[in-house]
Amino acid sequence: MPELVVNGERHDVEGPAMRTLAETLREDLGLTGTKIACGEGHCGACTVLVDGAPTLSCITLVHAVGDREVTTIEGLRDHPLVDAFVRADALQCGFCTPGQIVSASALVRDQPEPARDDIRHAMAGNLCRCGTYPKIEEAILAVAADAD
Amino acid sequence: MARLIRTEKEVEGKYTEQWIVVEEDSLDQWPEGPQTTVGRPAARVTGPARARGEAEYTADVQLPGMLHTAVLRSPHGHARVTRLELGPALEAPGVRGVLTPEECEHLTSEPGYPGEPVAAVAADTFAQAEAALARIDVDWEIVEPRLDPDDAVRREELIGEPQRYERGDADRGLAEADVVVEAEYRTQTVLHNALETHQSVCVWEGGRLTVYTSTQFIWGVRAEVAEHFGIPEDRVRVVCRYMGGGFGAKTTPGEYTYIAAQLARKTGRPVRCALTRREENLASGNRHATIQRLVAGAREDGTLTALGGEFTMAVGWDGFQSSTAGPMQMLYACDNVRTVEYGAKLNTGPNAAFRAPGFVEGTFGLECLLDELAAKLGLDPLELRRRNYADSDLVDDRPFSSKNLLECYRRAEPHWGRRDEVRARSEGPWRRGVGLASQIWYGAGGPPSYAWVRVGSDGRAHVITGGQDIGTGTTTALAQIAAEELGLPLDRVEISIGDSDRGPYASISAGSSTTPSLGPAVRAAAADVARQIVEVAAQRHDLEERVLSLRDGNVVSADGGSWGLEEITGLFDDAQIIGKGSRGPNPTGMRVLTFGVQVAEVAVDVETGEIRVERIAAIHDIGRVINPLGASSQVEGGIIQGLGHTLSEQRLLDPESGAVLTQTLDAYKLPTIADVPEIVTELLDIPDPHLTNLGAKGLGEPPIIPTAAAIANAIRDATGADVRSLPITREEMLRALEEARERERAVAGSAG
Ligand code: FES
Ligand code: FES
Repeated sequence: MPELVVNGERHDVEGPAMRTLAETLREDLGLTGTKIACGEGHCGACTVLVDGAPTLSCITLVHAVGDREVTTIEGLRDHPLVDAFVRADALQCGFCTPGQIVSASALVRDQPEPARDDIRHAMAGNLCRCGTYPKIEEAILAVAADAD
Repeated sequence: MARLIRTEKEVEGKYTEQWIVVEEDSLDQWPEGPQTTVGRPAARVTGPARARGEAEYTADVQLPGMLHTAVLRSPHGHARVTRLELGPALEAPGVRGVLTPEECEHLTSEPGYPGEPVAAVAADTFAQAEAALARIDVDWEIVEPRLDPDDAVRREELIGEPQRYERGDADRGLAEADVVVEAEYRTQTVLHNALETHQSVCVWEGGRLTVYTSTQFIWGVRAEVAEHFGIPEDRVRVVCRYMGGGFGAKTTPGEYTYIAAQLARKTGRPVRCALTRREENLASGNRHATIQRLVAGAREDGTLTALGGEFTMAVGWDGFQSSTAGPMQMLYACDNVRTVEYGAKLNTGPNAAFRAPGFVEGTFGLECLLDELAAKLGLDPLELRRRNYADSDLVDDRPFSSKNLLECYRRAEPHWGRRDEVRARSEGPWRRGVGLASQIWYGAGGPPSYAWVRVGSDGRAHVITGGQDIGTGTTTALAQIAAEELGLPLDRVEISIGDSDRGPYASISAGSSTTPSLGPAVRAAAADVARQIVEVAAQRHDLEERVLSLRDGNVVSADGGSWGLEEITGLFDDAQIIGKGSRGPNPTGMRVLTFGVQVAEVAVDVETGEIRVERIAAIHDIGRVINPLGASSQVEGGIIQGLGHTLSEQRLLDPESGAVLTQTLDAYKLPTIADVPEIVTELLDIPDPHLTNLGAKGLGEPPIIPTAAAIANAIRDATGADVRSLPITREEMLRALEEARERERAVAGSAG
C-alpha cells in the first residue's frame, strides 16, 4: 500500500492504477478543501503543492507522487494569504479560492514582491467564474506589502 | 396583526400577482449615506470558511454508504432509442442500481439534444458507475437535427408563442425620421460554467427525503421534488449551505436531483448525482444565441421617432424565453416601438436564465444601434442618450419608484471625457477609442420572504432565514442589516441560511433579488427583537420605552443610563428573545428598476484584429448600497463575465450533427486574470424612497448588461468599424475592419 505525505502527516492510501491525487485527498483522506471543478487539468481549482510546486491534483495519479510532500489548503490555513483574501474580498462563491490561495502561496514564496504582471502570469491557470481577479491581485499585493 | 395583501411579484422581468401575509410594522428607511454598519465595507462573513477550505459545498457532502451516479446521455442531436439493455450494466462491479426512462420522467428514450439523459447507473464509486455505462446496450435511430434558428422560425417550430409588442405607430415614426439606421446583430450561445457543477446528494430516512443540492432556490427544489414523489413538502428537506456559483442555471431541481432521489429510494442508500464539466457544458443550460434585426429612426436633433426589432432566439429543445426586446421597449422615451420575439425550437441543449437573460443580448444590439445612429447624425453618443431620456415607464405607463440615470450620465462624464487623450495614445497598428452603453434592468425583489432573529443571553444575535448565498455576499449584507438595527457590531451577529428545515421561507436568488427581498425581512425581524429588548429593559429599570434605544451593544436611555445588551437578555439564562419579520410589498403602481452606464476603453490592432480592453468605468444606480466592498466585487464579476461574453466565450456546434465541440474549459474560453482591464466602480447609493424599509435594489445582474455594447462602441470609436456579432473574435474584427475600409473607398470613389 503506497504512502502519501500530506501536510506533514503520513497516510496509507489505496492506489488503484487510475486513482488521482485529488480523489484520494477528497474521498479517502477527507481533505475536501481541494476542489474539483473540471477534473481534466483546465481550471486550477484542484491545485496543491507537491514538494512546493503548484500541481493540478486532478491529473496527478496518486501512485506517481511517491515520497514527495503534498501540501493542500488545509496545510495553509494559517498562511497570511487566507486573511488577505478575506479582507480584500477576493472570493465570491469561493469554489476556486483554495486553489487560488495554494497557487498564490508558491508565488509569494518565490517572489516576495511580485509586480502585477508577475501575479497575472503566475495566476492565469486558476480560473474564477465569479470574476474575483482584481481582488485576488489586491490580496496578493497586500501580503507582499505586509511582508516588508 | 397579520395583514393579507395581494401584490405583484417580479422575477427576471416576469410579473405575477400573488397573495402574501405581512406582519411588518412599517419602518422608516435609514437616512441616506453610510450608517454604523450598513453602507460601510465589510469582509464577507463566510470568507474564512470558504478561503480555508472548510466550507462544505454540495460537492463535499460525503455520507456513509453513498453511491455515485453516471448518466447515459444521448450523443446525438436528435435520436430515438430503439433498444436499451441495462442488464449487463447491472452485472458490472460495484453497481447497485439502474434507472430507465420508464421509471423516471426526467429520462427519455427520444432525446432531443446532445446530452439529454436516457438512463442512469449508481455504483460504489463514480469510476465503477462510468465503467458500467459503457456496458449498456443501446441502439439509436438518428433523426436529422434542426439547428438553424431562422429556419425554425420559418417552419414555425417555436417554443411558446411569438411575443409581439407595439406602442404608437412604428411605421409612421420611421416615415417621420430624418435619419434611419438598420442593422443585424448576433449574439452567441454562452455557457454558465459555475465552478461547482450541477449536483445533488439525496438520502431517504423514514419516508423523508433530504436533498443536498447546489441551488439558487431551496424552496423551489422542495416544492418540485415533493410534487414529483407525491409527498408533503415538509417531508422534503433541502440543504444548500455553501454554493459554488449558479448565474441563473440552478433555479430548479434538474434531472440530477430526481435521478439521485429515485436511485436513493431504489437502493436504500444515499446517492450523489453530479454533472462532470463536460456534461455541464452539454446539458445544464446556456444563454441562448440571438439574431436581432433592428431599426431606429430619429430627427436631426436626435429625438427618436421609432425603434423596431425582430428578435430570433435560439432557445433550444426547451427552456426559458428571455426578453431580448426588453431594453428596446424600456430604455428610451420613444413613442413608436414595435418588437417581435421568436423562440426557436432546436435540437440543442435547453437554455436557462443566465445573469440578466435577454437584456445582455438586447442591450448589445440596441446600444450599438444607438451609436451607429449617433455617428450618422453627427451627435455625441452620450448626448443622444440624454435627449431620449425616459422620465416615466412607457411600457406600463407608470412612474419609476426612483431613477437616477441622468446622475449616472453626469458621473460618467469624466470617464467619457478621456476620449481625446485615449485616442491620442493610438500608435502604429494599435488604435484606441472609448465607448459607452446604458443599462436598464429589474432588481426590486419582492415578497414573500421571512426571517427570524434571536438574541441570546450573551447579547449576540443570530439571523436565521431559508435563503441561500450563491456567492453574491447575501449573508454578509443580511448580517450587516441586523447589526445596524440592533446596534451591534458585525462580529456579534451570526447567520444561518440554506436549510429548509431550519428557517422560514425565503425567495429565489435570481433576478438580482436576494438582498432586496430578504434584507427588509431581516431588518423587520431585528426590529421586532429590538422592540422586545426595549420593552424588557423599560420594565426592568422602570423607564419609559420611548427614552430607550440600542446602540454599540448597549441599551441606552436618553438620560445617560446604559446597560450592556447581555445584562438585559441575560435575565433569561440561556433562553433567547426571538423576533420575526417579513418582506413587505413593492410599491403599487410603480416600476422599480435599476439603471447604469459603463464607459469602456479599448485598443485594437488593426493588422491582426487583436482587441485589448484597457479600462471600464461602471456607474450604476441600485438604490442603497449595503456593503460597498461586496458590491464592487459584484460589479467586477459582472464585467469580467461580460468581457468573456464579448471577446472569447462561445459554444460551438458541429453544423452537421449538432455535437457540442466546446465541452471542456480548454475549448471554452473563460476570461483569466490576465485578461482583466482596470475596472472603476461607482455606485450612486441613493436609497429608493418607495422601496421597502431599506431602499435597496439588486446588483447581481446590472453590471454584466452594458459591457459588450460599451466595448463594441469603443471599437467603433477606435477604428470606425462596426462589429455586430459576439464574440468579437479576430475574424469578426478583421471582417468589420475590411467592411469599414470598403465603405471608405466607396466614399472616396464617389467623391473623386
Ligand atoms: S479540477 Fe483540476 S484543473 Fe480543474
Ligand atoms: S469565487 Fe466563484 S469561482 Fe472564484
